[in-house]
Amino acid sequence: MKEQVENEMKVEFLSKSANEAFARITIAAFASQLDPTIEELADIKTAVSEAVTNCIIHGYENRIGIVKMEASLKENEILIEISDHGKGIENIEMAKEPLYTTKPNLERSGMGFTIMESFMDSVNVESVVGLGTKITMRKEIKKPEEEKESDSFQFITNE
Amino acid sequence: MQTKFYEKDKLLLVKMTEEIDDNSVQKIRRRVDYEIERHMPKRVVFDFNSVTFMDSAGIGFIIGRYKFVTMLGGKLELANLTQSVRKIFEMSGILKLIPVTDFSETLVS
Ligand SMILES: Nc1ncnc2c1ncn2[C@@H]1O[C@H](COP(=O)(O)OP(=O)(O)OP(=O)(O)O)[C@@H](O)[C@H]1O
Ligand SMILES: [Mg+2]
Repeated sequence: MKEQVENEMKVEFLSKSANEAFARITIAAFASQLDPTIEELADIKTAVSEAVTNCIIHGYENRIGIVKMEASLKENEILIEISDHGKGIENIEMAKEPLYTTKPNLERSGMGFTIMESFMDSVNVESVVGLGTKITMRKEIKKPEEEKESDSFQFITNE
Repeated sequence: MQTKFYEKDKLLLVKMTEEIDDNSVQKIRRRVDYEIERHMPKRVVFDFNSVTFMDSAGIGFIIGRYKFVTMLGGKLELANLTQSVRKIFEMSGILKLIPVTDFSETLVS
């Protein structure tokens, strides 16, 4: 059986758009400890990119602030928290609606939360106007097929 | 990698960069619009063949270019969508509006 991974990490970086790629690469390197498929890894990177971009363009509105990304691995699950101390969200339910954006002039499409929700198993939003926003996301990394096969093989030989 | 442009017979081919996010879109938007205005193409094809990552910034970017090209009387198409790029575009519904083609560069070279 695969060894159980338990691990944690935390990074803080300035709210500059060049750090969107930094956040994606960092989370991919960390999540790879769970042996995700290429597709699962792509989903995680995309969801992180959405959350981090939101902190930069909506939370801080391109002023300089700090974006925090924390992640932990437990068994087959990755938990990711991304937060800012920016302006906060007035109406969270409305913000989560597909195509809802407060920045159409910046060519935003209002699909960020929809993408996070469809690529991750769960997405939770906490926000206080004037204080900031925290996004918590979870995703289970499926066990690879191979491993199941070798498990059942072991089961047969044990009999 | 830089965005690349090829033009022939009122067709403009735009080869998109590897990573499409808020950061890269901010850098290429003005240049893309400049090339569109300069050539006034009948057809603008965005080629996603080399794209390895795209988030919602790509949706906003394409909708913005769609409006711009349409306003100038041209048609916009998307070409060579990878599976992950297609997944993101499909979610937004814009593929109902914008045709997707398999496009070969040899058409403009
Ligand atoms: N960290 C944040 N701080 C403040 N407001 C936020 C934050 N994240 C999201 N919002 C608000 O929620 C809205 C919806 O976010 P979402 O990511 O779904 O769309 P978008 O960022 O506007 O567009 P897209 O992500 O498609 O480029 C935003 O327009 C913004 O008003
Ligand atoms: Mg967003």
